[in-house]
Amino acid sequence: MTTTTHLEALEAEAAHIMRETAGEFDRPVLLFSGGKDSIVMLHVAVKAFAPAPVPFPLLHVDTGHNFPEVIEFRDRVTAGLRLEVASVQDYIDRGALPDVPERNGLQTTPLLDAIEAGGYDAVFGGGRRDEEKARAKERVFSLRDEFGGWDPRRQRPELWNLYNGRHCPGEHVRVFPLSNWTELDVWQYIAAEDIALPSIYYAHEREVFDRRGMWLCPGAWGGRSERLVRRTVRYRTVGDMSCTGAVESTARTPGEVVEEIAASRITERGATRADDRLAEAAMEDRKREGYF
Amino acid sequence: MSTLLRLATAGSVDDGKSTLVGRLLHDSKSVMSDQLEKIASPGDLALLTDGLRAEREQGITIDVAYRYFATPRRRFVLADTPGHVQYTRNMVTGASTAELVVLVVDARRGVTEQTRRHAAVAALLRVPSLVLAVNKMDLVGWSEEVFASIADDLDHPGEVTAIPISALSGDNVVTPSAHMDWYTGPTVLEFLETAEAGEDLTGLPARLPVQYVIKTRGRRAYAGQLTGGILHVGERVVVQPGGHTTTVAGIDVLGEPVATAWAPQSIAVRLADDLDVSRGALISPAATAPETTRELRATVCHLHEKALTVGEKVLVKHTTRTVHAVVEEIGTGGPLGVNDIGDVVVRTASDLAVDDYAESRITGACLLIDPGDGATRSAGMISVA
Repeated sequence: MTTTTHLEALEAEAAHIMRETAGEFDRPVLLFSGGKDSIVMLHVAVKAFAPAPVPFPLLHVDTGHNFPEVIEFRDRVTAGLRLEVASVQDYIDRGALPDVPERNGLQTTPLLDAIEAGGYDAVFGGGRRDEEKARAKERVFSLRDEFGGWDPRRQRPELWNLYNGRHCPGEHVRVFPLSNWTELDVWQYIAAEDIALPSIYYAHEREVFDRRGMWLCPGAWGGRSERLVRRTVRYRTVGDMSCTGAVESTARTPGEVVEEIAASRITERGATRADDRLAEAAMEDRKREGYF
Repeated sequence: MSTLLRLATAGSVDDGKSTLVGRLLHDSKSVMSDQLEKIASPGDLALLTDGLRAEREQGITIDVAYRYFATPRRRFVLADTPGHVQYTRNMVTGASTAELVVLVVDARRGVTEQTRRHAAVAALLRVPSLVLAVNKMDLVGWSEEVFASIADDLDHPGEVTAIPISALSGDNVVTPSAHMDWYTGPTVLEFLETAEAGEDLTGLPARLPVQYVIKTRGRRAYAGQLTGGILHVGERVVVQPGGHTTTVAGIDVLGEPVATAWAPQSIAVRLADDLDVSRGALISPAATAPETTRELRATVCHLHEKALTVGEKVLVKHTTRTVHAVVEEIGTGGPLGVNDIGDVVVRTASDLAVDDYAESRITGACLLIDPGDGATRSAGMISVA
């Protein structure tokens, strides 16, 4: 049998992209949030360079309002790896960023500063083209100007598997190895490879409150004065607590999550991300500014 | 076990291509209800695919967009290419990775000059299979005669499957039409689900372009993705350029030792002899290795506003190898402007081990890159005399 399943084809492609990046760039870095996409990306990286260690460090932009379960998981799986943390809270504490309740948009400045300070010329992101309409037009190798900005009209045509990583001094390239994966592929892969995730991806009981149709969880960010109810929920995406909603779910294993997603009629961002509900072009505008 | 099929769509403005793509996504239940809230009528299905602010404001599609849908049998990666703006650049981009192209025509207008150009690009890029989706059949009274004359009208070197559809009402896209009982063939989705998944890469000669050298405790493994063929432990191989022969001592597929690996797996091989192998080398079976050359002949699609001229210095990117080169000849005498297609001869500073594009769409492909700003200037399909 010399056939290849769709998951094997996607994994081989992601490994190819990561090896191209390691071969072409001087200083790659992998954005690691502790979310499922970055965990899958790290899993593929470990396999792509085995038995040698992953030849690049990890970078986490921490909003300071992350789920404690995710930070605990991050520290556990990245033990022994080089992890750099860019802290939004540090910027707020020294007055460089405003202390607003919704911190997702605040990540861009610490991210770009960390890229510049580290001298990183290639930045792996876990973004997938199925997530959102602006991302559907994103290249695998996406050139960013010296301000980190994305200009959809200046994108290079990307043909075959020939990824052009040439860039001028000061520019960098965002690399998306999971471009062609969907949410369902990611979960099928997690199930097939038995990849550990933060517990909040699976159904659990939690005190939540309703805000514009999403179940939010109170925490250091706020929400403690809201009227709380107890629900069995899980998270489809993991981001800043202030804008990441839970969905009601009883899926407790990767296999059950695969079944749930296959039957779902709402996208993961539509279900769980307040930041994308702001405007039709919210993601495009944030990408232009240098967002992930 | 589900497989992956990569396809591209093409068509002129107003042929209903975006509506067809929207219909495929919608009727295969790949569109979620939060996306559907924006769709008021079937005519708005195109809104599902136009992602950028400027596209929605101007009502046009600017750039190639990638769409994903799945059935229990197959996962699809669809490159949705715009019909008018920069059509060659976008179509070449979308077709370069496609195993199948769906070409949409308006039944009232039939095969137009632009349809023929799209079909020619699909043929040039050697996309193995073409579907001619004859759309808006409702506007020609569901006429078998109209459909048959359009289906006969397209001259194409490869395999063509014509399907009469109405993307707006969904006839023969996912569900069979109730209006055309004279048509007994598959719906578009049925065809996509059962089409041969492009060419069988494992039937080609084995090729491993080295991407990266994995070093551990004095051992070196050469990492790359097999672009074709099957590679065995113990096989005699040649490393190009250089031409040294050796034996495959071991193969890993992403960390797992195996006796045999096949395209398109990402692997790492160890060689029996200690050779100087680095990124950009090509490992092939000694018996079926390609020739090396410094005179590269290729048909190129020029993709950049800055024209390509004779005497110009460029970089050639071929698999994992990038070399300096100079444009020696352009068939038409040049220059080649954006969206022009022409034959060129490029002299490279060092050897390239190349296949004919007709043999391999990976080891027969190259890019011409601007050495100044790094822009991708042209896409090349290599000819080996």
